[in-house]
Amino acid sequence: MAGEMEKKPKLEMVQADGADEGCVTFVMHDEDHTLGNSLRYMIMKNPDVEFCGYTITHPSESKINFRIQTRGGVPAVESLRKGLNDLHDVGQHVLNTFQARVGEFKQREDQPME
Amino acid sequence: MHQFQKNFRIDIVHLDESSMEFDMVGIDASIANAFRRILLAEVPTMAVEKVFIYNNTSIVQDEVLAHRLGLIPIKADPRLFEFKNAGQESAEDDGSEIDTIQLQLKIKCSRNPNASKESSDPRELYRNHMVYSRDLKWIPLGNQADVFADFSIRPVHDDILIAQLRPGQELDIVMHCVKGIGRDHAKFSPVATASYRLLPEITLLEVVEGEKAELLKHCFSRGVIDLEDVRGKKVAKVVNSRLDTCSREVLRHVDLKNLVKLGRVRDHFIFTVESTGILPPDVLVTEAIQVLMSKCQMFLNEMTCTDME
Repeated sequence: MAGEMEKKPKLEMVQADGADEGCVTFVMHDEDHTLGNSLRYMIMKNPDVEFCGYTITHPSESKINFRIQTRGGVPAVESLRKGLNDLHDVGQHVLNTFQARVGEFKQREDQPME
Repeated sequence: MHQFQKNFRIDIVHLDESSMEFDMVGIDASIANAFRRILLAEVPTMAVEKVFIYNNTSIVQDEVLAHRLGLIPIKADPRLFEFKNAGQESAEDDGSEIDTIQLQLKIKCSRNPNASKESSDPRELYRNHMVYSRDLKWIPLGNQADVFADFSIRPVHDDILIAQLRPGQELDIVMHCVKGIGRDHAKFSPVATASYRLLPEITLLEVVEGEKAELLKHCFSRGVIDLEDVRGKKVAKVVNSRLDTCSREVLRHVDLKNLVKLGRVRDHFIFTVESTGILPPDVLVTEAIQVLMSKCQMFLNEMTCTDME
């Protein structure tokens, strides 16, 4: 499996081990610690994942090498997908909570004036 | 995940048009840091990008003037605009109304004929000798005049000094503003600053009373430690550790340093967001969270596309 053939692939996969789908290195372009660290945290929460880490190969290039090793034959792609979904859900929950609290705060601000 | 949703909470301490302070409790440092990084570098805004200088006879060099104009915050909602397509780089690519804002600065300094002979005050002697950001005029493109009928597009602050002129000098400049992110150039950053700190945690290992309690109270910022009366003696109690600035003054005193344990609550973040005025700070935080979600979504879409091939 290789990256897309469009103008610039955003996500590529480099599989070092022969047929083992559980150990994959993903190359993500135009990303840095912002997504790298938070995604690593979400993926590590997954009990199927044995190893998860990311490096920025060189600070002048904005790409990260993201490595996932799973145990039990689970494909690494699935762990990545689950991690991304979890991070998305976390973001959604934070957004809902924040907007609710801002709404309450603004209502409280208006009330003393009435 | 459910554990997270149960423990997570946000408390808003202070919110006004230009800054806000809020607490996020129950979240990990990596995600809090991701929000901070996105607020600084990945929330898009509009700023002057192309400066067409038709006439500049002032003492300020062209490039310095262009640099200064780029840094002026422009009060235009970036959500109503699109990113300019990076593909075309044609010379006079007059941007379309959906991705460009056009501003003009045309000003000429002249001598004031009504000034008295002996005065040396420039404000009296010359007209238009200070060029402020209020002199920037918006030239609507296409249907922008209708879309933005309620409020005109102008710089956030009126009194930013751009250049100084003397009689005979003039500026004739046209500017194009585009949408960009802070990662590209700091002028696109929508926050004056966005930062967080962890809630300090002060634990008293022993009961501290009397004169030592007084000394302890003075070691911390005001309001952190209070003395209460217990059976006639003054006893120190930690009232509000949030106010502490963590100077660790207490560790300098030999008799006090073993009585106190200083630390931080690992998952309680106190965020402070100061906006430059383009968008209100609560909108900025909402946008930042949405940027993070859209990054995840983009990778998910990439993965599904590659799988289907």
